[in-house]
Amino acid sequence: MAAVLGDDRMSGTSSAGSTPGTTGSASGGASSLAAVALQEQTPVLRPSTTTWRQALRRDWRLYSLVVLPLAFFLVFRYLPMLGNVIAFRRFRPGGSIFGDEWVGLRYVELFINDPLFWNVFRNTLVLGTLTLLIAFPMPIVLALLLNELRSRKFKRFVQTVSYLPHFMSIVIVAGMVLQLTSTQGTINQLVQLVGGDSIPFMQQAEWFRTVYITSEVWQTVGWGTILYLAALTQVDENLYEAARIDGANRWKQTWHVTLPGIRPTMITLLILNIGTFMAVGFEKILLLYNPLLYPTADVISTYLYRVGILSSNFSYAAAIGLFEAIIGLTLILSANAISRRAAGTSLW
Amino acid sequence: MVTLADPDRATRRLAQVPAPRTLKDTRGYRAFRVVNVTILLLVVAVVLYPFVNIIAQSFSSEGAITSGQVNLVPRGFNIETYRVVMSDSMFWLNYRNTVVYTVVATAIAMVLTTSFAYAISKKHLKGRPVLIGIAVFTMFFNGGLIPNYVLINELGMTNTMWAIVLPNAISVFNLLVMKAFFENLPEELEEAASIDGLTTYGIFFRIVLPLSKAVIATMVLFYAVTFWNSWFTAFLYLDRAELYPVTVYLRNMIAGATTATSMGSSADDAAQVAANIQAVTMVLTLLPIVSLYPFIQKYFVSGVMLGSVKG
Repeated sequence: MAAVLGDDRMSGTSSAGSTPGTTGSASGGASSLAAVALQEQTPVLRPSTTTWRQALRRDWRLYSLVVLPLAFFLVFRYLPMLGNVIAFRRFRPGGSIFGDEWVGLRYVELFINDPLFWNVFRNTLVLGTLTLLIAFPMPIVLALLLNELRSRKFKRFVQTVSYLPHFMSIVIVAGMVLQLTSTQGTINQLVQLVGGDSIPFMQQAEWFRTVYITSEVWQTVGWGTILYLAALTQVDENLYEAARIDGANRWKQTWHVTLPGIRPTMITLLILNIGTFMAVGFEKILLLYNPLLYPTADVISTYLYRVGILSSNFSYAAAIGLFEAIIGLTLILSANAISRRAAGTSLW
Repeated sequence: MVTLADPDRATRRLAQVPAPRTLKDTRGYRAFRVVNVTILLLVVAVVLYPFVNIIAQSFSSEGAITSGQVNLVPRGFNIETYRVVMSDSMFWLNYRNTVVYTVVATAIAMVLTTSFAYAISKKHLKGRPVLIGIAVFTMFFNGGLIPNYVLINELGMTNTMWAIVLPNAISVFNLLVMKAFFENLPEELEEAASIDGLTTYGIFFRIVLPLSKAVIATMVLFYAVTFWNSWFTAFLYLDRAELYPVTVYLRNMIAGATTATSMGSSADDAAQVAANIQAVTMVLTLLPIVSLYPFIQKYFVSGVMLGSVKG
């Protein structure tokens, strides 16, 4: 017991940074949580002097805290990653979760030659791009507008209200969208008010993208301002002072001081958004769409849900899912690399 | 550093209004401010409208809804539907399921997240970068729907609560927030405790956790709201109606799978009562969150900023 206590004391001292094995204090000054958290995952590695045996003896209590979470990651995150081999193996329900026999690229060829696949691939790209172009910049605009308010009370009121949709279940959001866009819903009442004919929005494929992006903005714009507002409070007041002395008006101050000030936040969030590009609103689309809307609404994730879960073509759907995940990973890695080179800001 | 534990502080900081940048506003800027306030009032109206509309519909007669008369105020006032929905035993059973799943899932999530975050917040821990890497990599690459589905089936979790509460037990985002918080705790406290003879467990339970009440409260809310709102895992892994959470009940109603017959009406007017019943069910589902929202909102904001404000 005494020896164990001694060991714990040792670990106490080493966390103060006095043993050679420790790294320096966390890098500060980063402007977003993700950036802070991710930058730290690659600390400056100094040659470690402790062996595993020593580390285990000293920190076994800490390692014991890691066991269950690690089991979680291995079982529910990494095992499914390995499970993707069924994209290349024949899978029989009830058989091995890793499939029964190799079939090579059969399923990959199958979807590459599937015209339906290329339609959902295109829809995914279109909806992803529209989200990045429209839904991503909106919180920046809203944050800038909020930042110009003088009344603290009014500012807090707008913030409180605009965060609300973020807390709603996507099922409720979808229900609201369906009611608002129905033939007797508010939007069609407005259409009729200006003399138009009522439009069956949820039966016409050409309207789906508008409906999707509008509801996306509605749900995300308020909550998205939080990190920008935090970054805005960190912009150095002296820079505004200097800009004013140089004769910059309010607009020029925003353009030349405010925006560059929140640029690292913008880039970090952009990279994270690019990372989820391929997964565009799977749950929302699943709740909103119907066969009439497939030409524009069906995306890779919803297609593979129908093919895999509803029609039990597990291997085929897994091949599509793997393809989607690899594109997603490639996108975020390249976005990060480009941003690091071009803007000097990156996640890691 | 410890001030981060105070969500009020963080919110106040967020709400800080920059000092006026010019002594006297130009005419153009004064005009802009009027426009700005107008735009923001419009934003408020647009955000709130769907909620008001749903509430109005829930108290209206179905006839008034289908003839397009219901916008901001109820028409053909009717609370009969509330009575019908609230007397549906399946609705309450599913509501209770939501509560149970949320409580159990949040408890599991908190135990796993807190212990992992604490371990990886210790910079001297050998293998720490690997442990962090294992967690962070899953943010950018995941197994995907099909392998997960196959796995849950294989584990025999289909049609059990475990399919809901285990597979999403750790959110890496929440994990990183907690890690950042633990890293910011003053090291001297833990050193002193260890000199006083406390083991790592003692330090964790008797020193660190009591100091982390604010971040723990925030994380509990993060997880609880996520689990409360989730529907897809339940939809995917549960086939028996008595196991559904209320979100799946609502989803099935919206999709037309739950007929109004089960709610005491005849099959003939099933399609007609739909809009009104949907509105009622939506209101009853969102009620707990909307009524708690004013009190919990600031914890969420501070949670998102915990990592960002540091330093």
